[in-house]
Amino acid sequence: MTQTKHKRTKPNPFNVIVQKEISDQVRSWRFIIMLAIIVLTCAGSMYTTLISIADSVKPNDPEGSFFFLKLFTLSDGTMPSFLVFITFLGPVLGICMGFDAINSEINRGTLSFMLSQPIPRDYLINAKFTGAFIVISVLFFSLGFLMMGLGLVIIGIPPTVEEFFRVIFFLLLACVYVAFWLNLSILLSVQCRQAATSALAAIAVWLFFSVFYNMLVNLIAKGMAPSEMASSHQIINYQRFILDLLRVDPAHLFNEATTALLIPSVRSIGPLTMEQVYGSLPSPLPLGQSLMVVWPQLTGLIAATVICFALSYVLFMKREIRSR
Amino acid sequence: MKEPIIEIVGLTKKYGNFTAVDHLNLTIGKGEVFGLLGPNGAGKSTTILMLLGLSEPTEGNVTVCGYNSESQPIEVKKVAGYLPENVGFYEDRSGLDNLIYTAKLNGLNNREAEDKALDVLGRVGMTGEAQKLTGKYSRGMRQRLGLANVLIKNPQVIILDEPTLGLDPSGIQELLDLIVQLSREDRITVLFSSHHLHQVQRVCDRVGLFVKGKLLDEGDIQSLSKRLFADKPVIVTAGSDAFEEKKETEAFFKIENQLRKINGVNNMQFKEGKFILTCSHDITAEIASLFIASGLPLNHLVRKEYGLDDIYNLYFEGGEKNDSN
Repeated sequence: MTQTKHKRTKPNPFNVIVQKEISDQVRSWRFIIMLAIIVLTCAGSMYTTLISIADSVKPNDPEGSFFFLKLFTLSDGTMPSFLVFITFLGPVLGICMGFDAINSEINRGTLSFMLSQPIPRDYLINAKFTGAFIVISVLFFSLGFLMMGLGLVIIGIPPTVEEFFRVIFFLLLACVYVAFWLNLSILLSVQCRQAATSALAAIAVWLFFSVFYNMLVNLIAKGMAPSEMASSHQIINYQRFILDLLRVDPAHLFNEATTALLIPSVRSIGPLTMEQVYGSLPSPLPLGQSLMVVWPQLTGLIAATVICFALSYVLFMKREIRSR
Repeated sequence: MKEPIIEIVGLTKKYGNFTAVDHLNLTIGKGEVFGLLGPNGAGKSTTILMLLGLSEPTEGNVTVCGYNSESQPIEVKKVAGYLPENVGFYEDRSGLDNLIYTAKLNGLNNREAEDKALDVLGRVGMTGEAQKLTGKYSRGMRQRLGLANVLIKNPQVIILDEPTLGLDPSGIQELLDLIVQLSREDRITVLFSSHHLHQVQRVCDRVGLFVKGKLLDEGDIQSLSKRLFADKPVIVTAGSDAFEEKKETEAFFKIENQLRKINGVNNMQFKEGKFILTCSHDITAEIASLFIASGLPLNHLVRKEYGLDDIYNLYFEGGEKNDSN
């Protein structure tokens, strides 16, 4: 049990549960394994990035001034970049931290014991989320800062203030993204009696979005493709529709948002007409404008997260707790 | 009646068409040890859940120490300790850590929690096992730790759901004695549910018989059996080992006739040297005098007492049989 420094004050039960959740997460084998995988892949991607970064500097590159951000996105093809790893491993991390949140308490018989303590029932599910979210945030921010620090030491170019904030926003976004998967798996853990069922269900959702959903959208896109004679208006509508379909996938939202944040020359995520592009300077967007571009994506991700949490909250509060 | 601690008025719980608890009325006084007895599925656990505000009653009212369980569940949980059936612990933590966690959830700070936890562990006789992981505890140790978990909040009421389930006979005895001893020391009201009549009657001040959601009767076991079997026939067996041989003698036929003629005998059978008489009231004395007059030997004369076993047979086993039909 973690020790607090306040000896006289009464502890808030909510904090007590959060502390216990954090220490449970950090001690658990699955977290240690996930941590090892993530740290190793990050180290690997860092290595390939640092090797190839010298070749990536080209004269007259509009992103030349955002050299530091390349640390997170660059890859020489042998190993994916940090960003790709986060997109891929983030959901697994979220799922593995939440899939047995509630049902393991039921199966161990600790839930009825917890609920007979003088605490409001929602403390438990809120603390489950808060505890896991704190662990995720600490993990991502320390990884992000470690990468920045290492990059700083090795390439010797300090990040500008803007780059620094872009990385901070990127890390925040990554936390929200993982929080979505965390909440999805907590929702399934409320709904499914067995931890194995909820884990498999969560992984199935993740596989569906990461493998099959794109195929499905491609299929629809093929079937709906407008003829060559179609007006530009029709084509734009079609493109928008397909893009909207793709955006149902949280990974796609996350990708769009991180791309706009880490590659400042990205001006828009949707289709652009020639008139819109005409006359614009090939210069990177300032941070504020990049944030404006990713705002809908960020809102969408947060909304999906909140919906999952709200559903699990309602289900949990309504459930009758019997022993085992 | 002593100052009431638990008051249940018209409590009803329905799951769809099924009525788990049906207009239950019950009052339990301070310092009492009350046993809620009933077969599986009688609604004991449901009642306990409603007492603690973990389940909402369909109708009726429950107050524990003056707090309404439905509207003030947190206040109720502050004064009432609950040991669920099949209690679980965080198995990768030691017993002491589990207790400290409970203490902190009840608002104690670190140092108080640890002192209190060690104190309570001592009271349930588990000081030696404090550092052991709860995953390695035996069934009896788990129940003791569960009891410690309940006592750590200094409750006024402790509610135990099937505390003796899965324990061996000596374990049951120890646990029940411990519960009663603790409750006497601190004047804690104890309510526990069980389907083991025999264990329970030994330690309870009062019991309530709970069958199919209804409280059939309450009181101590003696008055309970008197009331429940008031209109049941009296069964007297009378006979001797020597009867089997004398079956065909005249004296035998004579006494058989005389017995049959006693006022109040509804039915008579002869089996293995014994007359079994079903009568509307107690006729043991008349039978005895008849035998003495007839000169036949008599070394067995018993009036059947209705006791625990009969209560058990009548309600518990019968209840389950009816359910399965």
